[in-house]
Parts: sequence; C-alpha cells; structure tokens
Amino acid sequence: MGNELTDITSKMRAHIVKMLAAAGSGHPGGSLSATDIIASLYFKHMRIDPQNPDWADRDRFVLGKGHAAPALYAALAIRGFFPEEELMTIRKLGSRLQGHPCRTDTPGVDMSTGSLGQGLSVANGMALAGRVDGRDYWVYCVMGDGEIQEGQVWEAAMSAGHYGLDRVIAFVDHNGLQIDGANTEVMGVEPIDQKFVAFGWHTQRIDGHDLDAIDAAIEAAKAAKGKPSVIVCETTKGKGVSFMEDVVDWHGVAPSQEQAQAAVNEILAR
Amino acid sequence: MNSATREAYGAALKELGRTNPNVVALDADLAGSTKSAGFGGQNPERFFDMGISEADMIGTAAGLATCGKIPFASSFSVFVTGRAFEQIRNSVCNADLNVKVVGSHAGPSCGEDGSSHQAVEDIAIMRSLPRMTVVVPADDVEAYAATMALADYEGPAYLRVARLASPTIHEEDYEFHLGKGDLLRDGSDVSIVACGMMVPRALDAAKALAAEGIEAQVVNMHTIKPLDTELLTACAKKTGKVVTVEEGSIVGGLGSAVCEALSESCPVPVRRIGMPDCFGTSGEGNQLLDHFGLTADHIAQAARDLC
Repeated sequence: MGNELTDITSKMRAHIVKMLAAAGSGHPGGSLSATDIIASLYFKHMRIDPQNPDWADRDRFVLGKGHAAPALYAALAIRGFFPEEELMTIRKLGSRLQGHPCRTDTPGVDMSTGSLGQGLSVANGMALAGRVDGRDYWVYCVMGDGEIQEGQVWEAAMSAGHYGLDRVIAFVDHNGLQIDGANTEVMGVEPIDQKFVAFGWHTQRIDGHDLDAIDAAIEAAKAAKGKPSVIVCETTKGKGVSFMEDVVDWHGVAPSQEQAQAAVNEILAR
Repeated sequence: MNSATREAYGAALKELGRTNPNVVALDADLAGSTKSAGFGGQNPERFFDMGISEADMIGTAAGLATCGKIPFASSFSVFVTGRAFEQIRNSVCNADLNVKVVGSHAGPSCGEDGSSHQAVEDIAIMRSLPRMTVVVPADDVEAYAATMALADYEGPAYLRVARLASPTIHEEDYEFHLGKGDLLRDGSDVSIVACGMMVPRALDAAKALAAEGIEAQVVNMHTIKPLDTELLTACAKKTGKVVTVEEGSIVGGLGSAVCEALSESCPVPVRRIGMPDCFGTSGEGNQLLDHFGLTADHIAQAARDLC
C-alpha cells in the first residue's frame, strides 16, 4: 500500500494544481499541505462506499478548513464518488463542486464547510449520533492551524473532552502560514498539543507528510479509549510544488496554466 | 392554560422524547429556563447540555442532523440567534440540515433581566436566512402544536417562545398548519395581523373597536416565514388597511414581512406596532409591554387612525 498510496498522493496533488489553474482561483497551499492526511484517510482508513455515499455506518469526514476543498474533491473523485473529469469544473457555475465543500451538491461530502471553526462541533455531533444509535463509525476532522484561532474550536474541544468522544479523531494541518503571514506573526497558536491536552484530548505530533507516521498515529488515536484524539501534523504549505512551498502568497492564488504544468511535471517526477 | 409558550414547548418536547426516537435536544446551560430540562430528565441519553457555548451547540446540532437526528437546540433567543447566527447560517441553513432552533425569553416580556436579554431582532435575522422557517406561536396551545409540527417538518426552523405567561386563545383541539395564517375574527374595516402574545391583545383591540362600530379582522400570523401571502392579500383587498403587531422590532420583523408582501400584491396603508427600533429595559414583563405600547389600546388607536 505504501507505494500505491504515494502514487495516489501524487495524483491528488496533480489534480489539485490542474483544478485550480482551470478555475483561475482557489487555495493551493493549504490543499497541498493537507493532501497526505486526506489520502491516508480516504485510501487506507475510512470505511466508505462510493456507491452508497449516505451509508449510515460509514466513517465521516469533516473538512473544517473548507478552503482545502480541492484536496477533498481529488480524493473523492479518485475514490469513485464522481468522475475525475468533473474535477476541472470546480468553482464554475453549474458545477457540483463549489469553491468550498457543500454537502447538498457533492456526493461524498458529509458536511458543508468553509466558514472556519465550525467543523469540529459538527464532527462532535456526528459522534454523539453514533453513540445514541450504537454505531461504531469514526469521525475525522481536518482543521487548519489558522482555523484554530476561532473560539468555537475550543468550545468544541471542551465538548468533545467533556463527552469523552473517542470516536472523534481531529487533525491540525500545521503548515505555519495563514493569509496574512506566519501564525507566529498573525496570532500565535502554539503550544497546540498542550492546549488540547488541557481540554482532555489524546494528543500526538507527527510529520504530516510521512504516510507511515500518519497511519501509525491514526491507529494510536483509535486505541485511545474514553477521550477524543488530535494529531498535530507538521506540514509544508504548498507541499510538492517547489515554487509554492512555504510561500504564503500561494494560500489563495491559483497557478497559471504554465505554472500548473511545471508543477504537475515536478509532482509526477518525484 | 394561560401558561407561557416556553412551558408548552417544554411539554411538547418531552412528549416528542416519548414518541419520536429521532428527536434529540441540546441546551446551553439554560435548560431549566427554556424548559428543555423535562426532555433531559426523561431522555438523558438523547439530551446534551453544551454549556454556555451557543455556537458549538448549533454546530453539534448540525452534526447530529447529518445523521438523521431531529435536534431541538434551545437557549435564550438573543443568544441562540445572535451569538450563533453565522453557525445557523452556514452549518444549518446553507447545509440544509433539519435543526430546530428554539429561542426562549424573546422580546421585552422577558422582563427584569433587561435589554441585554430581550431579543428584538431575532425574527428579522432568522427570516433573512434562505431555507429558514420562522414560527411565533400565539399561546401555549399553539406552541405545543407548533413544536409537534416542526418535528414533522423536514428543514431548518426557528421557534420563538416567551418567558411570560399569557392568555390562551385556542381550544385544546386547535390544529396548527405551518405556513397558514389563522383568521380568528372577520371584519370589513381594518385588518390586524399579529403574532405571538400580541394576538390576544389584538383580539381585545378588535372587541373595543367593535363597540365603536369599527369591524376589525384579526389574523394570527404564527408562521412569519413562509408568509401566508394569499391570506394576507385577501385581507388587504377586503379592508384596505392593515395594522401589524409583534413583540419585537418593527425593523425586519412581522411588520416588515407584511409590508414587503403587500407592496407587491396589494399596496395598502400599514401601521406597524412593535418595538420601534429600540432596545428594551428592565421591568416586569407585562409592565414592559405597556411601557412600549404593545397594548390593546395602542393597537385600537392605530386602527382608528387608519379608518
């Protein structure tokens, strides 16, 4: 699975770059930083059925950082929820792929997001429903490091701790950059793991581009009983495209067709 | 009978806990006041007190709704609609989820707690949201029936209930029809369109007007969105004069909704009675209704001015 999963992450990254070039707008940096996390979930861990996206016993996924929608869409398309050709319609009028995830439009999208800070509460609600119904699904939520500046994230962190929602596994895509600059300059978020520990969470910190580390962390999170789990992922914004890596300006700017082609060549050469 | 609409909401919610396994309830540390506590005592496995965190409560309710639950999320109106407005917008309405937002202690009848706790803007902001249904029951019988109806209705909804006890106007066998106004009294001279605890006061005003020879229609417009424009237009055509009455701001509330509809279907003179673009203040609930002119006398005077 290792090499196969690596191939999938390359395919996802190539899709992301091409989609955004086709759209002429969007968020490459944070899509590329979250790609390995999302790939591990959709191609290794999640119990899902592309033919039955509303399956009651499926694992759930909430993309708190909804602007990374291209990464989610790429995973869903490759996984078979909709045709890969459709990816190139993103952000266009009439497309099923809005700029930010929309559960009413896109097969496989479990929750509409885009307004930062709301996803973790929704994930908690999904886990509570599973508890009420006696279902054993997992609920995954990927947040951005800038996103956790939102107060609602910490309300939700408190709730998940209080209710001992051990079916919730959250990720913080800690690429260190947000629109206005570095987290450390805009609004410091560290120590992220200690904050979650204080709210009663099982906490890990890993290299968010190491597929084996992500895999092991998810297994460890599942083994932590009685408390929710967060995996703080050290990532690189724009990961995989050298001219985008760690450059804050690539947060919300689409590549040109020429830049996209150069990026795809680089991604596929790795 | 003659109890607060929040009491009837709590009783209906408790009954739903017994009869509908999909109903879940959430509160933000006000379960005793919003009356969701009765459900919580009876169905603790389906009741979630989220603490004082309205935004998280609404998001959690949305998550529950994605899994087929029918969440009733209650708090004081000013907090649940105001603090959590954008969560209601994005995580509930934009996501098209079956969440029932219940705002208690709405309007100046909330009383002694004062202006910080008296929602005047809730109807306006809730009805501005696409997909949202807005219901303001007139009495306890209607609040019970509306709660039951909203559990059966699939989609986002806002239910506004009051702290203060108010007169019961409906018989026990009253049937609530979502989106359909009730013509409680007919007349040919003026139409009084009211919601919430203003409805009994509108009926009192109509009685006083009748003694003077002015025949007033009284409409209980319990569903402010979707508005019953058919009934409203028929009333305006018949009387040519409309008075709206609500226990909230005339900016964006029932009065605005009526004016918007009639300006397109049957433009007639309208007088809006409600909170005149102001916040409330402390005082006893009924005393405050008098203070802000939310009285039968004031309604009757507005009708006379039009006639």
